[in-house]
Amino acid sequence: MSETAELYQTLIMDRTKNPRHAGKPAKFDLEGHGDNPMCGDRIHVYVADNGTRVNHESRGCAIMIASAELMADAVVGLTPDEVTERRMAFEAMVNSGTPNPALGDLNALSGVSEYRSRIRCATLPWSALAEALEGAK
Amino acid sequence: MSAALKTESFDIAAIRSDFPILSQTVHGKKFVYLDSGASAQKPRAVIDAMVNSMETQYANVHRGLHWMSERTSDAYEAVRDKTAKFINAASREEIVFTRNATESINLIAHTYGRAILQPGDAIVISEMEHHANIVPWQMLRDSHGVELRVAKITDSGEVDFASLEEKFADGKVKLLAITHMSNVLGTYAPVERLAKFAHAHHAKILLDGSQAVVHRQVDVQAIDADFYVFSGHKLYGPTGIGVLYAKRELLDAMPPFLGGGDMIASVSYERSTWAKPPYRFEAGTPAIIETIGLGAAIDYVEAIGFPAIAAHERALTDHALAVLSNIEGLHILGSAQDRGGVISFTMDGVHAHDIATLLDRQGIAVRAGHHCAEPLMGRLGVTSTARATFGLYTTMEEIDALATGLLRVKQVFA
Ligand SMILES: Cc1ncc(COP(=O)(O)O)c(C=O)c1O
Repeated sequence: MSETAELYQTLIMDRTKNPRHAGKPAKFDLEGHGDNPMCGDRIHVYVADNGTRVNHESRGCAIMIASAELMADAVVGLTPDEVTERRMAFEAMVNSGTPNPALGDLNALSGVSEYRSRIRCATLPWSALAEALEGAK
Repeated sequence: MSAALKTESFDIAAIRSDFPILSQTVHGKKFVYLDSGASAQKPRAVIDAMVNSMETQYANVHRGLHWMSERTSDAYEAVRDKTAKFINAASREEIVFTRNATESINLIAHTYGRAILQPGDAIVISEMEHHANIVPWQMLRDSHGVELRVAKITDSGEVDFASLEEKFADGKVKLLAITHMSNVLGTYAPVERLAKFAHAHHAKILLDGSQAVVHRQVDVQAIDADFYVFSGHKLYGPTGIGVLYAKRELLDAMPPFLGGGDMIASVSYERSTWAKPPYRFEAGTPAIIETIGLGAAIDYVEAIGFPAIAAHERALTDHALAVLSNIEGLHILGSAQDRGGVISFTMDGVHAHDIATLLDRQGIAVRAGHHCAEPLMGRLGVTSTARATFGLYTTMEEIDALATGLLRVKQVFA
């Protein structure tokens, strides 16, 4: 049983079942979206209150939703350049499977490295956020 | 066929030992392969036939005057005879080798579609088609001005004849292109009835046999199919080889698909003339080794026999439908009367990809996603499903393993 659930550890399941940043805010400054045509997953990311709040509207798997949630936690207060930096570090981490102390809770997703087809589920929210921030430039 | 005969001719342990890959482990677990509908595993006989050809009898076909080329051409052409017999085509010339079912349908769209269908004619497909039987017709619609109509399916996942009547009512429909068995719902379409229907409306019928040909004896003459297509790789054969069956008079009237060697009668810079079917449609060096592999796959399946295969798969499907419907929160898509070993399902609160990943960890391979049938997903009101598909080597224990695995998935998401 344990090996079936490695990736689906408490933090991921908790954030999937009890999301804190889900839903479209009434007012937002920037918006980006991501699609995974392979599985039909879809996410919209909204940046509000001068970049201090990130929300997502997601239709997808547990990995994508947990990733969107942890991302929303992780980017609060960061400048767009810092977000890019964090995104690159995150992508490197989920591809390599090597946790990066600088990434904090995001390391909960390091297990996806073992599932090549699922890495995109974890990175999709970050692509959507990057698209939103593009709009700011 | 009596029960005694059935068990005698179907020794599942012996069959499984014919497939080397089935003894592999995945993540340290017994490999439970429930994705044969995407591509089937290969028996030793197919692997050996291909290796043996490369080791002892290989050269290009239809070209060399030397011994090796002649022997290879004979082996290649023998598979055409075998394939014709396999689906009971009236003649070997009605069998065209392609890369896969997708290419077969594209070939029809490009040649029959452009030369015989006229702008303003209509093509009807159903709501349960694979993208392979949707997109080529959309491309033809956009380039050639034909109309594409979609006949509905019922909520149980069966062809809706009332909708078909409606689509055919104005007399413009010249082609009905429809699946013989749905790769999502497992529904068998009533193909004889559909062929009668199409012909009564002066239309031709194309059947996508990609799934059906694996599970049932197909007789294109009994069905009265105008076109029938399938892939070798789902039939326990190799990838890279597909089949297009078409009635002789249709092939005769069709222009070539690709141009090049092998498909010509004569070539000059001013003008080339086309070879007769089937060669007209087989430009360039074909998939020789794969074709030989397909021949071995047909031999393998026929040696077991469709009555035995169908009985085994019927029992598997009944068992699977029973155990899966016992799992609370699990929903099976479709409830057709006539259905086979393709079962798509969803689970409350669990995305199909999570189901597939968690099953994979237990060594169980299922498919998850839209199964190349996005419009059907829309019709069913889902974005993706998990899908278990069975082959002649699937066992009851594997179905039980699936059910146990799904209960674990439920626990993780509880
Ligand atoms: C019903 C159906 N049609 C067509 C195809 C396409 O087969 P291929 O990819 O071998 O061309 C498939 C395979 O997934 C199928 O299930």
